Amino acid sequence: MTLIGCKEVMQELSNFLEGDVDDDFKRELRSHLNKCSHCQVVVDTTRKTIELYCDGEIFPLPEPVRTRLHQVIRQKWFEKCK
Amino acid sequence: MTDSPQAAIAKDDTVLVSEAKAGSYPAFEELVNRYEKKIYRLGLNITGLPEDAEDVLQETFLKAFQHLSEFREDSRFYTWLVRIGVNEGLMKLRRRRADKTVPIEDHVDEEGVTVPREFADWSPNPEQLLAQSELQSILDNAARSLPPTFRTVFHLRDVEGLSTAETAELLDLTESAVKARLFRARLQLREDLAKVFKRG
Repeated sequence: MTLIGCKEVMQELSNFLEGDVDDDFKRELRSHLNKCSHCQVVVDTTRKTIELYCDGEIFPLPEPVRTRLHQVIRQKWFEKCK
Repeated sequence: MTDSPQAAIAKDDTVLVSEAKAGSYPAFEELVNRYEKKIYRLGLNITGLPEDAEDVLQETFLKAFQHLSEFREDSRFYTWLVRIGVNEGLMKLRRRRADKTVPIEDHVDEEGVTVPREFADWSPNPEQLLAQSELQSILDNAARSLPPTFRTVFHLRDVEGLSTAETAELLDLTESAVKARLFRARLQLREDLAKVFKRG
């Protein structure tokens, strides 16, 4: 079994987070993460970063923006239908 | 007969699109209700400015309304909206580039690997430690610090869930360029957030 290092973990970080690495590499990477707290933190917190940006509750649509949107669409719709 | 709001909510997008094509304003309004928040977020992540995001939002739905008859329904309505929204957002950036306000192209050394510098673990559930508006501000500021195409790639891949190939096609980039930008964007955002969320 080839031992992978921190550099390889970083190079494959995105692919690993997406599950886009083969089983052998995944096993080696997990083995590295068990021994390397720095890489473990980077993997966990990168995953958390993505989760935060995907949380729709954090990013509301401001009500005045929504009101103006609906006013504009309604106006254009009924202008076209006249 | 007028549909009740509950009936409209239960309807599939394809039904609403057909009704809107036939002239039903409530059907189109329901499609707007479903996706307005996501399209605003898309506009904000591409342009980085709330006033430009509002323009992207309005232009996206107005273009969808104006070209609804041309929507062939061989893709999801929302995917079609995202395509319009991305084009509107990129147009905003190009206009700003013409004003020399902001660069749109980013020079990327695709061979290089960004090296993480923050290794402290984060507090568990850091989002629960902050008010929603404070958290939103932190996330927005971090995203705004990225070059435009980096945050656009991040949004399309990680928030919208588009594939690398779809993102590459939309942004006229190669797949390897999408991967390189996504990697850099993820790591840069993580570094910025780590400064706020790390323990003690």
